[in-house]
Formats: sequence, structure tokens, C-alpha cells
Amino acid sequence: MVEDVWILGINMTKFGKHFDKDVVDLGAEAAMAAMADGGVTMADMGILAAGNLRGGGGFGQQLQKQIGQTGIPVFNVTNACATGATALRTAIMAIRAGECDMGLAVGVEKLAGAGLLGAVAQSDVDEWQPEGRFGAVAPTDGRIGTANMPGTFAQVGMEYGHKYGDVSFETFARISVKNHKHSTLNPLAAYSKEMSLEQIMGDIMIAYPNTRPMCSANCDGGAAAVVVSDAKLKTLSLEQQRRAIKVSASVLTSDPYTERCQVLPDVNTLTKSAAAQAYEQAGVGPDDLDLVELHDCFATAELVHYDNLGLCEEGGAVDFFESGAPWRDGSKPVNVSGGLQSKGHPISATGIANIWEVCHHLRGEAGDRQIEGARVALAHVIGLGSACGIHILESSAA
Amino acid sequence: MTDTATSAQIPLVDYLVLDDPVHLVANECTNCGARYFDRRNACAGCFATDFQKVGVATTGEVASFTIVSMAPPGVEVPFVSSIIDCDGTSVRANLLNVTPDDDHIKLGMKVRLCTYSMGTKGGVEAIGFGFEPVGN
Repeated sequence: MVEDVWILGINMTKFGKHFDKDVVDLGAEAAMAAMADGGVTMADMGILAAGNLRGGGGFGQQLQKQIGQTGIPVFNVTNACATGATALRTAIMAIRAGECDMGLAVGVEKLAGAGLLGAVAQSDVDEWQPEGRFGAVAPTDGRIGTANMPGTFAQVGMEYGHKYGDVSFETFARISVKNHKHSTLNPLAAYSKEMSLEQIMGDIMIAYPNTRPMCSANCDGGAAAVVVSDAKLKTLSLEQQRRAIKVSASVLTSDPYTERCQVLPDVNTLTKSAAAQAYEQAGVGPDDLDLVELHDCFATAELVHYDNLGLCEEGGAVDFFESGAPWRDGSKPVNVSGGLQSKGHPISATGIANIWEVCHHLRGEAGDRQIEGARVALAHVIGLGSACGIHILESSAA
Repeated sequence: MTDTATSAQIPLVDYLVLDDPVHLVANECTNCGARYFDRRNACAGCFATDFQKVGVATTGEVASFTIVSMAPPGVEVPFVSSIIDCDGTSVRANLLNVTPDDDHIKLGMKVRLCTYSMGTKGGVEAIGFGFEPVGN
């Protein structure tokens, strides 16, 4: 029997533009607040797992120098947009393995103004010279389709439409209406303005059918979590035990080979696999979930993940959405934080920030946006390449 | 066969074969049949290491698309990125010779391989490819 692991303390910074803070400042703010939330200090930590993609490497050690150098092992992790979840999972694995009884996971990104992710600027070439694994004589993006993020995830959504029946531009846009509406209750969101269907459909088109507000918002932010073993938690105060959130499942998958994956990343198979493993680990099913934070990097992605996470029958994502289920007053609230489209997506922070959101509800501390009586929740992220992290969390029985 | 100075051509990528008829070629795993357009060390599906060159169907249907309207400098927009099911082999390509809007591009539409000149440099003309509606 593997020992249970709990979230003891957790925090996310305000998402948005932090011109006066660097990645270490944001990481330190989240890490120190997470430890304070859990009533512990760096002296209690047995491992640090640190995630950051664009800060130049060695982020974990840089962070230690600002929050406490205690000589513990540091794991610098990168896993695209699943980096935060990977850091958390690394700390959880260390505890499950019995290497330590408490650990700290941190994810931070400075992404404000980063532009189109995955897009490569092109310059003219002097001669046609074959290069790389495709023997290409010129840059292929724009000539052989696209691999940029908005275009890739647009095709993911359209592929779902082709498989199960066309999904209209308006349906995808309505998903974005929901998340922007939800964000109005989240003071930490990068954007917290309601947007009408007309505003969203009429905004700048990035990659049909995703207009600008239907794309994840590039912003700065950090998130951190302290995890603790079941045995150690039992030695802590009753208040710490009461606020602790049980990690019922912690799963990370990569994309298995499928026929189409070399020309369009298959974000479905690895998410379905992670979900199946997570539900089995936790001993719960989709019907048991009181809320879900899923990786809506684009409105088109949210739709397919309703299906991938088993929130609806196969092929039933449009009906599920149209039923009103994923609105905060529906039967299966999805992205009540505002999601990546409105809360924002500082890539390495996202996979811990979504855990913070659900922990907030499971503790009954979510204020105006509290989902009443929430006891079981799921948090999902996916990074292209690909990596999928799913955690299922449950409120303390105490 | 005659004037090499004006007829020298090079394909945009090495899996575009400028024979008559022009077609795409894949590296097919001899063990499981998985197809790849790039050079592979081993098969991602079954780990085998033997591959053979196979031609890919030159017609197919649009399994997904997006109209890219925002791109970095040097990339002309709008362009239509598409995933085409060519008789069971998925191909990524631009859709060409079609108005880039959702009135003219439909999921499931039939398309065929086509080529275009990317320009001549040092006496060599680069040839790109895409797919166009069969009705054209």
C-alpha cells in the first residue's frame, strides 16, 4: 500500500504583468506563501522540484538562494505546459518513495508579451539547401501547414468536429464566453472582464476558429505547493490536518504512438490514458467530481477535453457544453477560475495554479466563487510534445 | 533531359518526389506499417529499425483545418493549414487554390496534391506542394 500524500500548503501569485519582479521574485513569493499557508519552513523541506521554461536554467538553485539554502536535492524540471504538474508530481513521487516526508514544488513563468508560442520568424535564404530530418530547403511553417500553438489547437478542435459532427465557430466562442464570465469572480486572474459572444467572435482572428480572447493569455505568474506524507501530517496540528487536501491521484503520461501524431499532435490519447489511470488510483469516476480545472489553452482544446476526461459520453462534448453543465452553476463546473483564456497561462506555473484553485474550493476558502460543498476535484494540464498531468484531490475527512 | 540550366528543380522537402506524377513518399516500417515523413532511428510504434519507401496517395479528404491569420514576420497570411487523410496516411499541408474562409473550406472535402514554384535561386527552382479541391 503506497502511503497517501497531502497538499499541506499552496499559493499562487496574482497573474498578470509583473514588470518589477523576475522569475525568482515570483517563485520566492509563491514558495514562501505556500510554506506559510502550511505552517512550515524551508527547514522542513526534504526536496525542491522547480519548474521554469524561459528563465535560462538552474531556476531551483537560484530560488533556494533567495528563500533558504538547506542542501536538499533540487530537481529542475521542464515539460512544456505540464511543467508545473511535473514539478508537483516529482515531489509527490519522492514522498511516495519514502525519500522524505515533506517537499516543495514551484512553477514560475514570465510570459507577458511573449507573442505566438511555437511560431518561428522566417528570413529569406540565399540558396536552396536541404536541412534537417525532412531535408527542407526553406522553413516549413506556413508552407506545410503550421505547428504554432493557436493553429495546432485549432486543428485539434476541428478534427473533433470532423470525427463527431461539425462544431460551429459560435460553439467554440461560447466556451470562451463562459471562461471570461467565470474570471470576473477571480481577483488573481490576469483578465477578469466579461466578454459577450459578439465581442469574442468579432475580435482579432488568430487561427480560425480561435480569435484572440479564445487563446490562453500570456502573462507572468508563479505557484507553489508543499506536499507532506500521511505519517508526517498526523504529527502536525489539527488545524494543519483539517486544511490538508488529499492527493487521491497523481498521474503523468506522454503521448503513445498513433497514426496521425507526426502531423498533428494527438492530445487526446494521452489525456484519456491519464484520466483512466487517475480515476482508478483515486477510486472515483467523473460523476464524483465537484469541479474540474482543465487545460483550456484554446477554446478548441477545452471542448475535446470534456470528452477526454470522461465528463461526457464519447463524441458528446458539444451536447455536454450546450447543456450548461460546465458553467459554475451547472452540474459539472469547469474552469471556474476563468481558465487559461482569462485567468492566464504563465506556462510553468499553470500545473500548480490549477491545483491551488481546486484546493481553495475543497477547503471552502474560495470566497465569492466557492463551489458549495466541493469535496472531489480534478486538475488537468497538457504540454505539447507531449506530456499530460492529472491530479485528483479530495478534501480532508476531518 | 535537355536544358539543365533552366530545368534544375529541388523539392521543398525530401519526401516530395518530383517524378511524373508528383507524389509524396513515406518511410514505412516493414514490421508494423507505420509511416513517417522524416528520417527515423527506429519505429515509434514498434521499435523496429527497417523501413521502406512507399508512395502516398495523391488524393484525400480534409480531416481538419485552420485558417492562420496571425504569424511571425516572413510568413504570409492568411494560409490554410490542413490535415489530409490520404487513404489512411495523414498528411499535413496547406490548402491551395481555395478562398480561405469557412464558406469555401469544409471538413471532409476531397482534395488532391498540387505543386507550385517557390522561386529560383542559383539556377535552381524550389518546388513546394499543397492540396487543392478536386473540383478545381
